[in-house]
Amino acid sequence: MTIEIKTNSVEPIRQTYGHIARRFGDKPATRYQEASYDLEAKTNFHYRPQWDPDYELNDERRTAIRMEDWYAVTDPRQFYYGAYVGNRAKMQEAAETSYGFCDKRNLLTRLPEETRHMLLRLLVPLRHLELGANMNNSKIAGEATATTVSQMHIYQAMDRLGIGQYLSRIALMIDGTTGAGLDESKGYWMDDALWQPMRKLVEDTLVVQDWFELTLIQNVLMDGLLFPLVYEKMDQWWEEQGAEDVSMLTEFMRDWYKDSQRWTNAMVKVVAGESEANLQQLQTWADQWEPEIYNALKPLAEASVGVEALNEVRAQLATRLKKFGLNTQGVSA
Amino acid sequence: MAVKNKKLNLKDKYQYLTRDMAWEPSYQKKEDIFPDEQFEGIKITDWSQWEDPFRLTMDAYWKYQAEKEKKLYAIFDAFAQNNGHQNISDARYVNALKLFLTGVSPLEHAAYQGYAKVGRQFSGAGARVACQMQAIDELRHSQTQQHAMSHYNKHFNGLHDAAYMHDRVWFLSVPKSFFDDARSAGPFEFLTAISFSFEYVLTNLLFVPFMSGAAYNGDMATVTFGFSAQSDEARHMTLGLEVIKFILEQHEDNVPIVQRWIDKWFWRGFRLLSLVSMMMDYMLPNKVMSWAEAWEVYYEQNGGALFKDLERYGIRPPKYQDVANDAKHHLSHQLWTTFYQYSQATNFHTWIPEKEEMDWMSEKYPETFDKYYRPRYEYLAKEAAAGRRFYNNTLPQLCQVCQVPTLFTEMGAPTKLSHRQLVHEGERYHFCSEACCDLFKDEPEKYVQAWLPVHQIYQGNCEGADVETVVQKYYHINIGEDNFEYVGSPDHKHWLSIKGQKPADQSKDAA
Repeated sequence: MTIEIKTNSVEPIRQTYGHIARRFGDKPATRYQEASYDLEAKTNFHYRPQWDPDYELNDERRTAIRMEDWYAVTDPRQFYYGAYVGNRAKMQEAAETSYGFCDKRNLLTRLPEETRHMLLRLLVPLRHLELGANMNNSKIAGEATATTVSQMHIYQAMDRLGIGQYLSRIALMIDGTTGAGLDESKGYWMDDALWQPMRKLVEDTLVVQDWFELTLIQNVLMDGLLFPLVYEKMDQWWEEQGAEDVSMLTEFMRDWYKDSQRWTNAMVKVVAGESEANLQQLQTWADQWEPEIYNALKPLAEASVGVEALNEVRAQLATRLKKFGLNTQGVSA
Repeated sequence: MAVKNKKLNLKDKYQYLTRDMAWEPSYQKKEDIFPDEQFEGIKITDWSQWEDPFRLTMDAYWKYQAEKEKKLYAIFDAFAQNNGHQNISDARYVNALKLFLTGVSPLEHAAYQGYAKVGRQFSGAGARVACQMQAIDELRHSQTQQHAMSHYNKHFNGLHDAAYMHDRVWFLSVPKSFFDDARSAGPFEFLTAISFSFEYVLTNLLFVPFMSGAAYNGDMATVTFGFSAQSDEARHMTLGLEVIKFILEQHEDNVPIVQRWIDKWFWRGFRLLSLVSMMMDYMLPNKVMSWAEAWEVYYEQNGGALFKDLERYGIRPPKYQDVANDAKHHLSHQLWTTFYQYSQATNFHTWIPEKEEMDWMSEKYPETFDKYYRPRYEYLAKEAAAGRRFYNNTLPQLCQVCQVPTLFTEMGAPTKLSHRQLVHEGERYHFCSEACCDLFKDEPEKYVQAWLPVHQIYQGNCEGADVETVVQKYYHINIGEDNFEYVGSPDHKHWLSIKGQKPADQSKDAA
């Protein structure tokens, strides 16, 4: 038996907006579609930007990459704002449990002093790198034209701020919320020889003008080496140092990186597949930046897991990029 | 490490979790990393003086916003499932939504892009983070508005191509040029324009008409959006106030620059809101309050208190506020009588107000409505009843700056048309007012670039030489569905059938 509720059914005069219907036909649209397609201004701009008079507002020529339609780049996660915050709220809930647990049981403060300093030296300084990633992604969100592309970058920008804040909280847990641990850690970022190639690299990305070059450097190449090195290889290494509890505090980063690869892979695949010219441009950028990123990570690898581990993640990245027709220097084991 | 042992207070902790992640660069020059911070002439001596307008870490942001979204979408789903559009006060109300979706929602998206940009431009990390949070909030509003209106679009005309229309339709160049003006300016002017002048000073004059209008007219989807956006807006307002105080406190040389921006953006905002004034007085079947009352409360009283507070920085009230204050008695009526004549070229309908509505206006506008405007409607109603519903087939003269047709009257002389002109580098430019003419004189190199819809039609850049072709082909306005008089329109007939009435009521409605 089923219970029936009689409702007054009303025939709609159309199923969705015209700009959605032109792409997908006049049928019921998904929330992702109505939130993501053709919302931004495209033509008849009134004034040239005073900060960049060579281009219009929302000008597709701000990158060397050419797409027939930038909306070909979409998000396999189908994130519009509501879906995005819903997903991250769940992730942060899990992270909160771990941070709370760690804090309550003093899992970090009971570590030997030497290990605590190692965390401040080898892990926490990455919060500064995260802020660089936040800035770069905010720039991209402000310059990419299609909303399907730009929104992924503002989500990414906010995620990086969040990751930077999680890393900061590790230091606050170590220093008893005095800020001393963060000060010490920032000192390493500023002056320790180990971090200088990386800090230089991040500062170099902050003056990159082409936003697609920037997303390739930041979200594909740099993250592609850094996240597996720091949050997977080094995760095992921390365990060997007796600091296995740190693993709980970086679970968010591992989950996040897995999630972010879904859209970065989709984006590179579509852009590289669009034309030979795009592929070549991406290759040129990869040739320039991938070795620099590798070299910038080398001191960190040397001080922890060893260069062999870095070579392994380099090979993984090469395998991943190979699928899109891009060649980088890593060699598969 | 044990040098410090005092626990951080909330303020310092938040700073550690935001701006302390930034550092003084040494491998690249600061001015290369932040190349847009200088050219406006604003002097910032110490970014560390920036007071965070709110303290919200990302984990808390995700959590709160996700809770809000969950509730909001539950209402959207219920609204659609139960055909909530049938419970609104009257189908004329939907025209307010058409104006909102084509005129305001695209601005939310432009705001998202603008804040993402300034969220990178400032060298102060505290300010950047606050701007980025507003960027993603504005994206939220742009998207939830699409979803809130989605159901209406399925049952009414004129909502079907908002962003496309925003780029092209003549009266939508008013909001579009407003935001283009802000986004094409430098980062400090952008924040003075949008965060301070718009979000802080004028926001209630947009929010109350549309969101309270929704509440008064049974529009559950839109009013729920309004409630859900309220706490975002509160954050945006505190950012607006912090920005202005920070810039003013940093250096006395900033004062005259900021004063000029406040003068400019107050006036730009006021002209943009003229569209809202007509919506408030004419498009809401159930009225919230009159435009004049809203202006008195939200500008004259609240704005008055604010500018009193800013006096100590050497800031005076906006230059043209007397003109705006005087205009509150006329604005909505002058706008509506103009749009009434140009309904052939709009995505919404217009109509003659009903008798009770005219009486309401007599009461709300005792010194002006019966004297200047009621006779016009009585005449137009007589013409319509005689089968001569009036449409103006001459394209209007647009103001070079605000892009509203030059329809306003002089302060204190309600029958005298306000018009200014000047010749700049051999070209003649026209303005709706002294204020817009002054804005042009300040930045002629900017305003000569304006994409004026009427000029563009005459120059043959809009896919046709006659209004019908432009409206249909270039604007995507469906002729006979989206445009013209409300009475007898498909929306009107559809509404009558929902309410089980026959279209025979038509002639009575028109009278």
